[in-house]
Amino acid sequence: MATVTYRQALRDTLRAEMLRDENVLLMGEEIGLFEGSYKITEGLLKEFGPRRVRDTPIAEEGFVGAAIGAAMLGLRPVVEIMTINFSLLALDQIVNHAAKIYGMFGGQASVPLVIRTPGGGGQQLGATHSQNVELFYAFIPGLKVVAPSTPAEASAMLKAAIRDDDPVLFLENLALYNTKGELPDAIDAVEPAEIGRAAVTRPGTDITIIGYSRMARVAAEVADTLAAEGISAEVVDLRSLRPLDRETIVASVRRTGCAVVAEDDWLTYGIGAEIAATVQEGAFDWLDAPVRRVAMAEVPLPYAKSLETAALPSAGSLLTAVRATLAATGRALEPAS
Amino acid sequence: MTIDSVRGAPGDPGPAEPELVQLLTPEGQRVEHPDYPLELGADEVRALYRDLVTVRRIDLEAVALTRQGELGIWASLLGQEAAQIGSGRALGEHDMVFPTYREHGVAWCRDVDPLNLLGLFRGVNHGGWDPAKYGFHLYTIVIGSQTLHATGYAMGIQRDGVLGTPSAGATIAYFGDGATSQGDVNESFVFASVFNAPIVFFCQNNQWAISEPLEKQTRIPLYRRAQGYGFPGVRVDGNDVFACLAVTRKALEAARTGQGPTFIEAYTYRMGAHTTTDDPTRYRLKAEEEAWKLKDPIERVKAYLVRGDLADSAFFEEVEADAKAMARELRAACLALPDPEPLSIFENVYAEPHPLMTEEQEQFAAYLASFEEASR
Repeated sequence: MATVTYRQALRDTLRAEMLRDENVLLMGEEIGLFEGSYKITEGLLKEFGPRRVRDTPIAEEGFVGAAIGAAMLGLRPVVEIMTINFSLLALDQIVNHAAKIYGMFGGQASVPLVIRTPGGGGQQLGATHSQNVELFYAFIPGLKVVAPSTPAEASAMLKAAIRDDDPVLFLENLALYNTKGELPDAIDAVEPAEIGRAAVTRPGTDITIIGYSRMARVAAEVADTLAAEGISAEVVDLRSLRPLDRETIVASVRRTGCAVVAEDDWLTYGIGAEIAATVQEGAFDWLDAPVRRVAMAEVPLPYAKSLETAALPSAGSLLTAVRATLAATGRALEPAS
Repeated sequence: MTIDSVRGAPGDPGPAEPELVQLLTPEGQRVEHPDYPLELGADEVRALYRDLVTVRRIDLEAVALTRQGELGIWASLLGQEAAQIGSGRALGEHDMVFPTYREHGVAWCRDVDPLNLLGLFRGVNHGGWDPAKYGFHLYTIVIGSQTLHATGYAMGIQRDGVLGTPSAGATIAYFGDGATSQGDVNESFVFASVFNAPIVFFCQNNQWAISEPLEKQTRIPLYRRAQGYGFPGVRVDGNDVFACLAVTRKALEAARTGQGPTFIEAYTYRMGAHTTTDDPTRYRLKAEEEAWKLKDPIERVKAYLVRGDLADSAFFEEVEADAKAMARELRAACLALPDPEPLSIFENVYAEPHPLMTEEQEQFAAYLASFEEASR
C-alpha cells in the first residue's frame, strides 16, 4: 500500500482506465496543456495525445453535449467540468439528455458518460464558484451521483463510474484534493466499487453521523473527538447520493437510536432532508431524539475568508449538533472508563 | 512568429498582419484611417497618457498586495490598458458598462474609486459602488453572462424611447476571447441583432483563456462573426488607445442613434497571468510575450508625445510620481479596510426581511456569544 492524495488517486485511476480501455477519453476546458485547474489530468495529454485528451472551447453545454453524443456511439468519455458551478451551464444537456436518452430512445442507446466535477467552499472563490448543487443531479432519475470521500473510494468509484453504462456525475470536493489515504501500489488491484452502497466507516453505538464527500471526512474526525470522551459515534459515509443506500442508513439508526446529518449544501430542501425523511420512515420507532442536520448557512457563500469560514459547516458545528442530539435523547451516558 | 490568429483551416497561419484599425503605430507614429477620423488636442493626449500610467500602477499595486496575502486574488489588466482607457474614455454620461472582473481601467474612467476594487478582491465587500450612479455595473465573475444582462438593459433603453435624443445612452458589454464560445454570449448577439438593441460588444481578445489559445475558440477572426449575426464587426488595435477611442465612440454613437449593435474586437495581449493563481510560463512561450512588449500601449503614446514635442520630461516624471503617490495611499487605505462583521453574511441575501435569515442570524449570534461566555 502507498499513501497518496485524493488528487493522485483520481489521476492514476484515470490513467489506468485509459490504458485498460481504448474507448475512454477525456474532454473539458483547460484539461490538456494546463492539466486541469486542479491538476487531475496531469501528464495525460503528454501520454495519450490530443486524440484522447481533448481541450475544448470554453463552453460547458457544448462539451457535455458532445460527450453525450460520443457516449451514445460507444465511447466512454470522462468530462471534467472545472467546478460544479459551471455545470449549471450544461444543465439542459445533463438533465434533459444524458439522463433521459436511454429511456426515451427505448433502451436503444445508453449514455456511458462520466462527469467529474468538484464542489465545495473554503477556497475563497466567491458565491458563484463555491456552491454544492449536487442535489440538482441527485434529484434526477436516469442519473447516478457518487461522492467519494477518500482516495481509495475515489479510485474504486471512478473505475465503477467509467465502466457503468449510465451517466454518472462524479462529485469531487476542492477541500479533499490534498487529503491522503492508502491505495494499493498497483492501481489495477483496486476493485471497482458498487455504486449505490454506503459504508459504515466508523462503527459505533451511541449516535449515527451521516455524511458524504468532505462532510464524511469531517464526521470521522468528530467521531474520533467523541471517542476520546467515551461517546461511540457511528459514521455512515453515503458514497452514493443516487442510488441512495437507505438500508445502511436505517440499519445504523436502528442500532444507535439517533442521528445527525452532515451536509455541505444548504439545509432547506437539501440532501439532509432526504436522509432525515429516510430515517423517520425506516427507524421512527427506534429514534430517541429528532434527527438534526448540519449544513451551510443559507446565504450565497461569502468571499471574505472569515465570513466564508463562518458560513460553512465544520467539525465544531457538527460536534455541537451531536451533543445537542445526545442531550435530547435523555440518556445518561456512561463516562469513559 | 505571426501575431495573427486568422485561421482558414487548422494549421493555416493566415496573413502575417491582422486586418485592424490603427491610428497610432507601436513606434508612436500617427496614422489616419478613412472611417475613423480623430482630432485630439495635446491636453487630451496627455490626459490619456496619465490614465494609462495610473491604471497600470493601480494594477501593479493590486498584484503586489495579492502576493503579500492582502487580497484573495487579482485579475491583472497588464497589457490591456489602451483597450480599456480608449473605450472607457469614449463613454458618455448616459452609457452603461457591463464589465468582467478585469475592467479596472474602465472602472477608472467611470470614477469608481479603485479602493472599491481592492475591497472587493480583499473580500470586505462585494464592490460597494452604486452601478446606476457610475454607469458601471458590478463585476461579473462567471464568463460571458453579463452580455445578456447588457442586452436586456439595452432593450430597456430602447423602450424608454430616448434613442436619437441627447439623453440617449448605450450599453457596452466587455468580455474576452474565451467568452465568445459561451452559449449566453452567442444568444446575446442574436437578441441584440433581432431587437436592434443599442449595445456595443467590446471583446478584448487578449489571445488567452487561461491556458487555451485563441485557436481553441475560433477559426476565423472573432470580429467577422458579427456578420453572421447581422451587425457590423470591427477589429481594432487594442494596444492603440487612439484607435480604441475612435472606434468605440463611433459604435456608441451608432447605438445611441438607433442604428443597433456593433461588435468590436480589440486585438491585444494579456501580458500577465490570467489571475494571480495562474502561471503562464507553463503554457506559453516567452518569445510571444517579448514580441507583444514591443507593442506596449503606453510606450507608443509616450513616443508620440515626445516626437511631437507635446510633453517634456517634467511631465512624465510628474505623472510617474503622482501614480506612485496614489498607489501608496491606496495601499494604506486597503490595509485599513475593516474586516466585515460575521453576522453580516445574512444581511444581503434578500432585499426584503426574511424569517429564515432572521432566525439564522439570531442562532449564529447566540453561537458566537457562547464562545465569549466560555472565555469568561
